Amino acid sequence: MLGTRLAVQAVLWIYAGVAFGPILLVLLGSLRPTNEILQNPIALPTSFDLSNYVRAWESASLGTYFVNSVFITICSVALCVSVSVAAAYIITRRVFRGRAFLAAFFIAGLMVPAKLGLLPIYYMFQAGGLVDTHLGLILLYAASGIPFTMFVLMGFMRGLPVELEEAARLDGANDGRIFWSVILPLVRPALAVVTIFQFAPTWNDFFYPLVLLRDTDKYTIPVGLTQFFGEYSADRGTLFAGLIIALLPLAIVFAFASKQIMSGLTAGISK
Amino acid sequence: MMRTRARGRYSPEHVSFGWIALFSGPALVLYTVLVIVPIFTAFVYGLFTWKGTTPDAFVGLGNYVELFTRYPVNEQLGSALWHNVLFFVGTMAIQNTIGLGLAVLLHRTRRGKRVFQTLYSTPYLLSPLIVGYLWAMLLSPTFGPINEALRAVGLDALALPWLGQPSTALPVLILINAWQWIGGPLLIFGAALGGIPAELEEAGQLDGASSWRLFWAVRFPMIMPAVGVITVLTFIGCFNIFDLVYALGGSNGGPSGSMDVLGLLYYRLAFDGGTNAIGDSSAMAVLMFILVFGVAIALERLLRRREA
Repeated sequence: MLGTRLAVQAVLWIYAGVAFGPILLVLLGSLRPTNEILQNPIALPTSFDLSNYVRAWESASLGTYFVNSVFITICSVALCVSVSVAAAYIITRRVFRGRAFLAAFFIAGLMVPAKLGLLPIYYMFQAGGLVDTHLGLILLYAASGIPFTMFVLMGFMRGLPVELEEAARLDGANDGRIFWSVILPLVRPALAVVTIFQFAPTWNDFFYPLVLLRDTDKYTIPVGLTQFFGEYSADRGTLFAGLIIALLPLAIVFAFASKQIMSGLTAGISK
Repeated sequence: MMRTRARGRYSPEHVSFGWIALFSGPALVLYTVLVIVPIFTAFVYGLFTWKGTTPDAFVGLGNYVELFTRYPVNEQLGSALWHNVLFFVGTMAIQNTIGLGLAVLLHRTRRGKRVFQTLYSTPYLLSPLIVGYLWAMLLSPTFGPINEALRAVGLDALALPWLGQPSTALPVLILINAWQWIGGPLLIFGAALGGIPAELEEAGQLDGASSWRLFWAVRFPMIMPAVGVITVLTFIGCFNIFDLVYALGGSNGGPSGSMDVLGLLYYRLAFDGGTNAIGDSSAMAVLMFILVFGVAIALERLLRRREA
């Protein structure tokens, strides 16, 4: 029995190495100067050298791209989640004709590949003066995120207990108050889930900015990275630093959201 | 106002149109304008030939026929489709079996489950683009750590140009993609395994069944719904893939087009195409949509029936 247990642990740790190893390599590599890396691809950094990061942030303009990405991602995720939670509320907690159709209409979007409507969107944006704007991207990302967000939120909201709502109604509260004071606090774990699920693809998307942005100052991190890899292809240290810069916000949001989800779920249990 | 409801059952209130509009309006407008309308517009575009950005003539299904008959598109279409199929099969075989295996191992582990799950899922945080660049660097024939390590242990013969030759490019793509997404099946299978009633597992173990039999006789049948979901999601993901392949092999699909997939073909038609780029690429996009949508629905029905 012990033999199996050890074997299982061994397998788990080996794969952990496979999964995390490359990322660790990049992290360590970002702290070493490039010529060192070229000589010795796998080695620990001899000193804590942040020059790669400085170069990436300034000379390679990753700083600008970073700020753009933060702005666009936060705005579009906030927009997507807020309009979705409102729509999910009215669909799952109230009854009206065409409710099922509306729900299905939103969910159908899950099956649609996003790039299908690229050209029409481009022309639409041209007509509306939204090409090469951050606003256009924000609206686009928010819209694309609605199907999945609705899917998760509707599923979650259907399972909520009714007593609190009924009590509020007896107190004379209208839909708006019920939504704000009763339902919203209850759906926090689900909100955390959809936020992280929307954050990563939006942050990482490079296709829409590639097609819809012209001014390099407006570029987001993914597109900036593509350029960056072209220019600095030989400078591994700086490249690694760039990758870590691109990855860090996601890791933070992920860690934060995971904790929210955990605490939200356990709070529900202890109640 | 009298409200009647069945005891113990949730009977939501009917609600006025004003509230419906207020709550669902913004999402509805945003979604319809930027997701639904473009799809239908793309469909309409595909029915015309174009001279640059002005429509030329209504050709109905003419663009579609062109995709299947005009050289070199028709050949590329065939090979890209084939690569997508291989990609799907390979991903099911590697990503999902290993994911299932790891999920089972974690299921039996008592300590450190969350640590492992988090570690295994970190690649998901990277954009496919980054993953592509990362592995392109790692697999670099001359400077990459992977080949370095292979040479260090004397396996020089294996230090190949992984992404530079047609025979290894697609398999390597499958592995890299699996590395990135394995967190998904892991999580879903893990949840499914966690939902198996403890009594069933204990009964199996008491009967002295070996782990292998326990798996096939008890666990696997119980997680069939999850297997179905994963299969459909994998199918959709594999046939729509673009970012990773673009990062690893450029818009032409790597060495001799060995990694060319439908998504890349669409990109080339849209941006490197001739005067009829809009017509060709719109037809391509609709074709992809019908293929993915149709097979996904069929798969889902098939798997649903098998469960029952």
